[in-house]
Amino acid sequence: MSSQIPPEFTVIIDYDRCRRCRRCVMNCSFGCMQFKDKVVPEHKKCVACHRCVTYCPESAITIKKNELAYKENANWTPEMRQNILKQAETGGILLSGMGNPRPQQILWDHMLIDACQVTNPSIDPLREPMELRTYLGRKPNHLDFTRGENGDIELGTTLQPQVKLDVPIVFAAMSYGAVSLNAHKALAMAAKKSGTLMNTGEGGLHTDLYPYASNITVQVASGRFGVHSEYLNTSATVEIKIGQGAKPGIGGHLPGEKVGDEISRTRMIPVGTDALSPAPHHDIYSIEDLSQLIYAIKEATDYTKPVGVKISAVHNVAAIASGIVRAGADIVTIDGFRGGTGAAPMVIRDNVGIPIELALAAVDQRLRDEGIRNNTSILCAGSIRNSGDVAKAIALGADAVVIGTAALIAMGCRVCQKCYTGNCAWGIATQKPELVRRLDPQLGAERLSNLLTGWSHELQEILGSLGVNSIESLRGSRERLRGIDLDEQTLNLLGIKPAGIGQ
Amino acid sequence: MRCNCYIPSGCAISGMMSESGERMDGNAIIRSIALMHDRSNGLGGGFAAYGIYPRRADQYAFHMMFDNMEAKEKCEEYFNGTFDVVLDEKIPTRPGAVFEEDTSGRYPEYGTQPIINPPILWRYFIDVPEDKTKFISEREYVVENVMDINSNVDGAFVASSGKNMGAFKGVGYPEDIGVFYKLDEYKAYIWTSHGRFPTNTPGWWGGAHPFCLLDWSIVHNGEISSYGINKRYLEPFGYKLELRTDTEVVAYLFDLLVRRHKLPIELAVKALAAPFWKDIDKMPENERKIITAIRQVYGGGLLNGPFSIILGHSRGMVGFNDRIKLRPMTCARKDDMLYMASEESAIREIAPDLDEVWSPRAGTAIVGEMNGEVEA
Ligand code: SF4
Ligand code: SF4
Repeated sequence: MSSQIPPEFTVIIDYDRCRRCRRCVMNCSFGCMQFKDKVVPEHKKCVACHRCVTYCPESAITIKKNELAYKENANWTPEMRQNILKQAETGGILLSGMGNPRPQQILWDHMLIDACQVTNPSIDPLREPMELRTYLGRKPNHLDFTRGENGDIELGTTLQPQVKLDVPIVFAAMSYGAVSLNAHKALAMAAKKSGTLMNTGEGGLHTDLYPYASNITVQVASGRFGVHSEYLNTSATVEIKIGQGAKPGIGGHLPGEKVGDEISRTRMIPVGTDALSPAPHHDIYSIEDLSQLIYAIKEATDYTKPVGVKISAVHNVAAIASGIVRAGADIVTIDGFRGGTGAAPMVIRDNVGIPIELALAAVDQRLRDEGIRNNTSILCAGSIRNSGDVAKAIALGADAVVIGTAALIAMGCRVCQKCYTGNCAWGIATQKPELVRRLDPQLGAERLSNLLTGWSHELQEILGSLGVNSIESLRGSRERLRGIDLDEQTLNLLGIKPAGIGQ
Repeated sequence: MRCNCYIPSGCAISGMMSESGERMDGNAIIRSIALMHDRSNGLGGGFAAYGIYPRRADQYAFHMMFDNMEAKEKCEEYFNGTFDVVLDEKIPTRPGAVFEEDTSGRYPEYGTQPIINPPILWRYFIDVPEDKTKFISEREYVVENVMDINSNVDGAFVASSGKNMGAFKGVGYPEDIGVFYKLDEYKAYIWTSHGRFPTNTPGWWGGAHPFCLLDWSIVHNGEISSYGINKRYLEPFGYKLELRTDTEVVAYLFDLLVRRHKLPIELAVKALAAPFWKDIDKMPENERKIITAIRQVYGGGLLNGPFSIILGHSRGMVGFNDRIKLRPMTCARKDDMLYMASEESAIREIAPDLDEVWSPRAGTAIVGEMNGEVEA
């Protein structure tokens, strides 16, 4: 069957400027550019990853949306029709990479932050200390003190393990397999440099990354790829992955062609076999099963590391989170419906789950109502786009936020959504050596660290303008947020007042 | 009459304590706060006094404010099933009082605003019936009922609820409030006081400082910028924060940390005005461990924003500033007396000849402790 799908993009070459260097041909990993005595693009293959545009020395390439590929219709949008055509040709499930791109309301953009004027002075972060340090882990509700023999006060309570973050931002779980080893290395190096954590995702930990153990969260997911005692102990924290915001209730699939030598060794599966992560953990069919796994991991790591659980934001997320905390989780990660992915069925990605803002607000409040908020740290994931989002998430109640897509963008990703093809032109979501080479881990790490540094400075500015000098004073302080263009119900769910109301 | 808006304010505070427990009348504290007249704007003033009811020292003294007789009756009905009221009486006042020569003798121009329109001011000396404390401690029981009255008995407000102490507060300049309440006729070993400069009209007597719970009293100059999280931190512990004054979080935090969690007061201050991580990292090991744990566990209680605070309790007085000292506070000693005030002049006014005067460092608690018994 020949394809009827019109090209999504049109690639325009300015032949007056082109000097036929063929760089675009070499750079395009989707086979769009050919050289037949001049550069000839095959529009259909273009995914708008902008690799060629970025590297063309003459700026001779422009990529445009193929405007009238479909006759205009506000209901039957081009995307709808393209999807139907694709399925009519293949009979398959539509796959996509990256998070939900649809224009549902982004609640972060409907929240505004307070600032000080006169009655309480703002604080200048360039002159005064401005603290972002955050500890992840279970805290008791109170401390006991005793008097030692010499009359000194001593701490009577033994705290459970706490992991220090210099910035309240950690990198999201992205597996080696979904992303390249160079991407993993860049994330690990940046985490170390910036005093935060990277997360292995469910694909195990390559031995090259072992030296970064104290900045790594190792994940245990339903496929249990690469999980062994040494793996669990080469970490700062361990995370059990139950769900992912982009595909709640759905497993994963790493195609065999990506499973080369290194991945095979890291994941502990034969070369060339598909790595299938089941939808549920087949040893977790209830909350008590989860508790057993949490404690099995705590035993295996000798109670030296916080053990977290990651869930996607679904309707009943608050009650689920409460159960997870009671089951022994020291950290709860909630991933909202805009969270990213290497590959997900489009229908799930775009239709399942709830916004992270509402999920976070509900979980934080529920844990407070039950008096167990101190017993866990909350990580908020699912499309944190800038430091404003970070500040708002922390004010709603998160201990720290998780960034995946933002981190990839910092490394060069152009959000072309083709991560599942294995052809990532930027060396991120690919295992092809010639493409992986394009991502220099050192440079990637530097860019990631720069991003965190920039966001940290901005967070400090926000704290200063709020007249506080420590992130604890923003954390959960919803009084400092106001909503605009939100209905009353949403304001109540977020626990914030509408803009225009004073204190 | 209660104002449901939260009111940012600037202020004057002053406190004095006899560490040997000797009791002094209220004239000195009135003169001290009067000197800082310009730091207030006549919209709120008040005093806390410890040792004023020696003959009823075993009973909880409830200083009540009622909007009207109906509220008083409803509240007394509430007391009926809850407490044994041993004695109740009107709190003596001088209606229309101003601070002037015949009461103080020094600054007639200050007493300019006669105290008018007070609510019904009544005090109750209360015992807790034994059968009420089978499952919770007596003090817990009192706290719960204070919370309940303040949020559920319309028009009734508990201004203070400690033993052998009381709060005297209202709308007006503090020196006039002091005269209004006849503080010259009371004797106390600790006096604290507050003059208010709210940037909004409160019109509500209960909103003035000190803010009290059990024998805790707080006078506070400044604003708690971390109010939002402090409130949410306290709520799961059963505190109801409905007065919309940021000062109440300070009182509740001390109640939680010191009374319920049994932290030594110095460590409670370390939780509320915590040292910076850069300094904690340089501390000797034991101290570093303690302060790190305090910051990890009590982060929700960290007070941020500009403030100087004087905390009173039956065994002492504690003064402290915010972490970077955005509001003033001076301390001084003379013999067994400890003084704290927003301005040194307010101390010199009543004790010109001092042994020692200093400005405490940011976040450092100045602790006055009783070393004797209270003079009866
Ligand atoms: S990279 Fe630019 S200049 Fe080089 S061949 Fe392609 S279009 Fe021409
Ligand atoms: S990771 Fe690569 S393939 Fe995926 S969206 Fe980014 S640029 Fe495209």
